[in-house]
Amino acid sequence: MKRLRAWFLAPSWTVMLSLFLFPMLIILAYSLLTRGTYGGISLPWSVESYQRFADPIYLGILWRSFWIAGASTVISLLLGFPLALFISRAGKWKNLYLSLVILPFWTSFLVRTYAWMFLLRDTGLVNSTLQKMGIIHDPLPLLYNDGAVILGLVYGYLPFMVLPLFGTLEKLDRNLLEAAADLGARPWATLLRVVLPLSAPGIRAGVILVFIPCLGAYLTPDLLGGGKSVMIGNLIQNQFTTARDWPFGSAISLALMAIVMPLLIAFVRRDEEGLL
Amino acid sequence: MESVLELRDISKHYPTHRAVNGVTLNIARGEFFSLLGPSGCGKTTTLRLIAGFEEPTSGEIRLNGAAIQHLKPYERNVSTVFQNYALFPHLTVQQNIEFGLRRKGENEIGRRVREVLELVQLGGKEARRPTEISGGERQRVALARSLVLAPDVLLLDEPLSALDPNLRKQVRAELKNIQRRVGITFLFVTHDQEEALSLSDRLGVMHAGILEQVGTPEEVYLRPSTRFVASFLGAVNWINDVGVRPEVTRVTKLAPDRHVRSHPATVLHSTFLGNCVHIETRLDDGQLAVAEVSRAEASFAPGERVHLWWQPADELSFK
Repeated sequence: MKRLRAWFLAPSWTVMLSLFLFPMLIILAYSLLTRGTYGGISLPWSVESYQRFADPIYLGILWRSFWIAGASTVISLLLGFPLALFISRAGKWKNLYLSLVILPFWTSFLVRTYAWMFLLRDTGLVNSTLQKMGIIHDPLPLLYNDGAVILGLVYGYLPFMVLPLFGTLEKLDRNLLEAAADLGARPWATLLRVVLPLSAPGIRAGVILVFIPCLGAYLTPDLLGGGKSVMIGNLIQNQFTTARDWPFGSAISLALMAIVMPLLIAFVRRDEEGLL
Repeated sequence: MESVLELRDISKHYPTHRAVNGVTLNIARGEFFSLLGPSGCGKTTTLRLIAGFEEPTSGEIRLNGAAIQHLKPYERNVSTVFQNYALFPHLTVQQNIEFGLRRKGENEIGRRVREVLELVQLGGKEARRPTEISGGERQRVALARSLVLAPDVLLLDEPLSALDPNLRKQVRAELKNIQRRVGITFLFVTHDQEEALSLSDRLGVMHAGILEQVGTPEEVYLRPSTRFVASFLGAVNWINDVGVRPEVTRVTKLAPDRHVRSHPATVLHSTFLGNCVHIETRLDDGQLAVAEVSRAEASFAPGERVHLWWQPADELSFK
């Protein structure tokens, strides 16, 4: 039995070790080396890259990334919760609505982000329509700012919020909602006192699934933020491309993980208490 | 007697079936009333109509004289003990019991919770979660959570069915005791005729959405108004379209006197049940009948010729 288990686990262990742990060790090694003259890495060993990250400019970018990812996560939750609740009550339409939520995944994220650029730019659909209707004279600055980045992130990651929320809301015992109403709770009180606390596992999963990729996003801030709205993902990407500073890029990547991991573990730990 | 709850010709029709069909019923204040019937007879739907989880297709529900059928569940002063208890898993026993009091903005929550905990003997379990207490305790929390609100009518949906049989009889006695002490009207839904007979001041028997008979346990058991009621409340021997319960059916080797109904029969089998013995017989015209007799009377062998008889007064007759 034990032997059988080892055989079944071997493929996933191999993948995890060779494609996750091993590259991580490479990045760790890179982060502790010196920048090569034409990119790449060279000796000697050094912790200088980590020291450079403490610069206020970079910490500012880190802070911006946290608040943009945080805002996107909160907005996704506020939009996703009612949507998931609605779908979980939709009866026979449930599967149709769920597939509509997943439908955007059928096209490339890149293409969809470009589509937002066409909608939001000065001569885009939104501005030109508003101008034709005479509501505005000059185009609104919809693109190339933090708002556009948050919009793009919410748009891209909303399904990751909706799906786990739907999972917990669908399993919610309907008798509990009836019991709450029976004991005098109005719909709003039932939502706050019963539905919300009992969907905590779904909220937690959704928040993690949205916050983590938003924090590391580089495509959306690059395209919709127009270089003005740099996030930590763009900074890392730059180090490996234009800046040709692999050790610094590696150091930022690992520093980010070192900051996020404890937060994540603390957040997941609360699961054991079963409360938000 | 003053009615606390009146159902006036209420019906609940679904596209595919009629769950409740023209039920009219008055329940007196302080009464322990049971709705008895097989599953699918409409008794739980009736309860849900009163609680407000469903709206009747037609008819009127009056609580203390006021029509409530259009009110939301949280606007009605009735409370439900659910079959699966529906305790809030994220709240402690104390918080579960406080839930309704807080929603209604009541005063003296601490004192009232303590009193009801004492009533249902749950003192010391306040800080536990529903998953950390036994099934019997969960049932009492569900009861306490509703009782603490002092509802005009407490609705109980098969509250004993989730308990194991040994516990069920004990909890049944406790339930009756609690109802007497608090004096709240109980409307108890069950499919178990023994439960309904032993607990109720009066009971109603439902079948296919229709309330077939309402009466005291004695009335319903001894003078059932339909064949269904007769059969559902206990075993019946149907002999030439006359119903006789096994416990009033006698078996003797000698012919009885002429004032009783008597049929010659052959013993097929006898079944020992501990407190009594069931003698299964076949009448000479082929009909089968069972007599429930005490152990002392039960010395019959299969194939033995006997007389099966009963008093005419014990016959069940229907309009």
